Amino acid sequence: MIKRDTRFTILLLIPVLLVLIAYVLYPSLRTFFESLHTEGGTSFQNYSDFFSQESKTNLEALWNSVYISVLSVIASALIGIPLAFIFNRYDFPGRGFFSTAAIMPIVLPSLVGVMAFMFLYGETGLVPNALKDLFGLKNVPFKIGGVSGILIVHAYTMYVYFYMTVSSAINKIDPSLEEAAYNLGANRFKVFWRVTFPLLTPAIVAASLLVFMISMASFSAPFLLAGGYRVLSLQIYFSKLNGDMEVAATQSVILSIVSIAFLLFMRWYQNRKDYRMASKGIGAHRSEVKNPILKWVMVLVGVIAVIILLLPHFTILLLSLVPDGTWTYQTYPSVFNIENYRLLLQDPNIFKPLKNSLLLAFIATFGNLIFGVLTSYLLVKRKFIGKNLVDILVMIPWALPATVIGMNLIFAFNEPSIFSFGNILVGTFWILPLAYFIRHIPLVVRSTNAVLEQLDDSIEEASRSLGAKWFYTFRRVILPIIMPGVLSGTLLAFVEAVGEFPTSVLLYTISNRPISIEIMNQLRMFNMGQAAAYGMIQIVLIAIVLFVSNKFFGVKAEQSLS
Amino acid sequence: MASIKIENVQKAFGKVIAVDHLNLEIKDGEFFTFLGPSGCGKTTTLRMIAGFYYPTKGIVRFGDKDMTRVPPEKRNTGMVFQNYALFPHMTVFENVAFGLKVRKISSGELKKRVQDVLQKVRLNQYSDRQVSQLSGGQQQRVALARALVIEPEILLLDEPLSNLDAKLRDEMRSEILRLQREYKITTIYVTHDQAEALSMSDRIAVFNFGVCHQIGTPSEIYNEPSNDFVAGFIGEINLFPARIEKKTNEQVFLSVQTGAGPKEMTVKNHPFNVDPDSPGDLAISIRPEAIILHYRQVDGANVLKGKIEEVYFFGSVINLIISVEGMRLKADLLNNQSIKIKKGTEVFVQLPEDHIRVIPMVSGESS
Repeated sequence: MIKRDTRFTILLLIPVLLVLIAYVLYPSLRTFFESLHTEGGTSFQNYSDFFSQESKTNLEALWNSVYISVLSVIASALIGIPLAFIFNRYDFPGRGFFSTAAIMPIVLPSLVGVMAFMFLYGETGLVPNALKDLFGLKNVPFKIGGVSGILIVHAYTMYVYFYMTVSSAINKIDPSLEEAAYNLGANRFKVFWRVTFPLLTPAIVAASLLVFMISMASFSAPFLLAGGYRVLSLQIYFSKLNGDMEVAATQSVILSIVSIAFLLFMRWYQNRKDYRMASKGIGAHRSEVKNPILKWVMVLVGVIAVIILLLPHFTILLLSLVPDGTWTYQTYPSVFNIENYRLLLQDPNIFKPLKNSLLLAFIATFGNLIFGVLTSYLLVKRKFIGKNLVDILVMIPWALPATVIGMNLIFAFNEPSIFSFGNILVGTFWILPLAYFIRHIPLVVRSTNAVLEQLDDSIEEASRSLGAKWFYTFRRVILPIIMPGVLSGTLLAFVEAVGEFPTSVLLYTISNRPISIEIMNQLRMFNMGQAAAYGMIQIVLIAIVLFVSNKFFGVKAEQSLS
Repeated sequence: MASIKIENVQKAFGKVIAVDHLNLEIKDGEFFTFLGPSGCGKTTTLRMIAGFYYPTKGIVRFGDKDMTRVPPEKRNTGMVFQNYALFPHMTVFENVAFGLKVRKISSGELKKRVQDVLQKVRLNQYSDRQVSQLSGGQQQRVALARALVIEPEILLLDEPLSNLDAKLRDEMRSEILRLQREYKITTIYVTHDQAEALSMSDRIAVFNFGVCHQIGTPSEIYNEPSNDFVAGFIGEINLFPARIEKKTNEQVFLSVQTGAGPKEMTVKNHPFNVDPDSPGDLAISIRPEAIILHYRQVDGANVLKGKIEEVYFFGSVINLIISVEGMRLKADLLNNQSIKIKKGTEVFVQLPEDHIRVIPMVSGESS
């Protein structure tokens, strides 16, 4: 006889498994089978083509992706780690403000961020031209584009991961460990290299792996900045545009393998026995900077850093105030008003993408909320065989680059299947919400896991022993307690879905364009004002969500990420 | 209110057997305690009674009803958890009212019953507070009120006092007893604290490694422990391995293993002193307070020469460690001013024949 509890677990597990198999596993497998598909039947021909010397482009793209990712890791580490040290170990005027400003790049959606960088530092960018005019130069002193452009954008957005993980590791170090080392006779240099730094290595390695993965998957930056430079995530898109579906599938599988290998390596690394601090309740441990020159140098560095960090945000704000057609041949825009915002609200054609995005994101996120809470409850509070497998299926969409998820959906749903109830989804309204939903499964499940793990099992037991059935307990006890944490994860998923670009560009339909596609179109027509207005709305949305999460749900922005 | 019967229950988690061959009968209205070290199976047994675990084998009955596989929400037991498990998003009133709401009690009746029980736990003026604003002792009382308000057949308390500081613990101990008497409710109390168990319970079951070693009233458990584990876990005891040499109608002659070789001792041939058919390895046990101290050689059975090694002054009592025949013997003295005890004093200790108890050894170690 199967126990009542086990039966119930199975009942909850069925929908979760169905969704994961239908929309995570099945599409990935479809892509894999597509990659084996050749004219002569089933073979690994596509793979040997990929690695053969004749198709240099593919190998070159793979190599470029790895090359850019390694450089991105190094650049992000060189910015993030020292900043983490300065802001967490030294006290000087404005420290609190600087340390908050340091995470501002996450408020910039990737496509909007790249756009800002183009207008700031590109060929016609404001900064190079300002420098040219200032010093009376003939040509712009520098411009970004190609590898350097991608790298700078990556460094700007990804150093935050180093900054946050290393900061939290620094704050967890018990000051008495270092004091013990000094007490045993070590000098500052020795204490740093033999005590502090080794304690930080787990955080640094974790951040490196994370940045490597994100940068392998990066799409927006290469899409707008690469020029002729090939990276793998972009090659997939071009193969799809050219109709080389088998090649696109092969490229997707290879990029997936690299990403999943990294995911597994990360899991292994994080589950290894790491240095946990035994001591509890560690206070902040900052030394005040006494030397006035050093102190003000630090403040100056902080101010400059904040200006550089916030310049993209201001650029978007500035551009959004420039009406279309008033900035053509001039070096600098001259007319500023709120025309773009007025049009956005009044012109139905311009308002429609915003409405589309909000609706698509709402549908997807609503699905994420239901699915995420259910899945997380199963993973955290129920026992069943194969939990690890479910856990891995949940994490796959996090490891897969967005481009690959888009391709997977194309291969799975460009023909009728039982998982789409016999419909073709590609080319319909429903494909985009589905893509956004899949993309954000891991985020919502993980943020819900975090709150559920805090909830002691005895709370649920207390309710049941007082006579409440499971559903009543879930509705009246568990949900209200975990809701703040769940909502902060869900809201973050919502704003990310509003700005989602890589899957949108693969799957959108003309009648149902989201904001990100419209930004791309406006940029192509050089209507940067309108594009920037869309971008500004996203920035404000994200800022509101982070503020609300922090203020009302008590969740720090840094916890909701990664 | 109900009696509880546990018949031949076993609970296994995978290959680990947490509780085995358990037979218990708890009477209607009884205050019954499960006592034992952590991991002994006491909480597992409690959770089987609450319905959070189902036994692998055996039957659990409330009265005559078979409750073995009834889900927890249908058992009508009130449970107080070690960490109280108060609902953090509800006020004191809402926490206590939860079980009544589930039972769809009309709001007038509900209000009256909640206020009643809050009165009883002396929290009526706190009913609108958030539970996080309460002190540990107050939270404890909310948990008690929440369990009592549903008028459960059985009250289950899982180490309820372990999170409180010593002074509050004493206060809550009498509070729990008072409420139990008032509601005349069958109560099972789980604890690892022997003082709590002895002072509160009608009867105690002593657990170790998933096995119930003895069931009895506090004085039975203390005075007539069934084996060396029970004797050692409850109170202080002197235990020495021994062998029965011969029995007469009056006396039993023993060979006691001491640090200085075997030593002959005698005890009364009475069921209290020697269980007529206790099998296996045996030991003599004697409580420290039963030992008589002399300052000069006296006649009589079991008198040994010794030297005081340590003196611990506790106010009303004085604990002594005396080295006797290469063994360390614990002895307690009441503090009557006349005695002057000093480290190094030579004394004669007498183990009275009628206070020694010969018990089987099950732990495989002697102290």
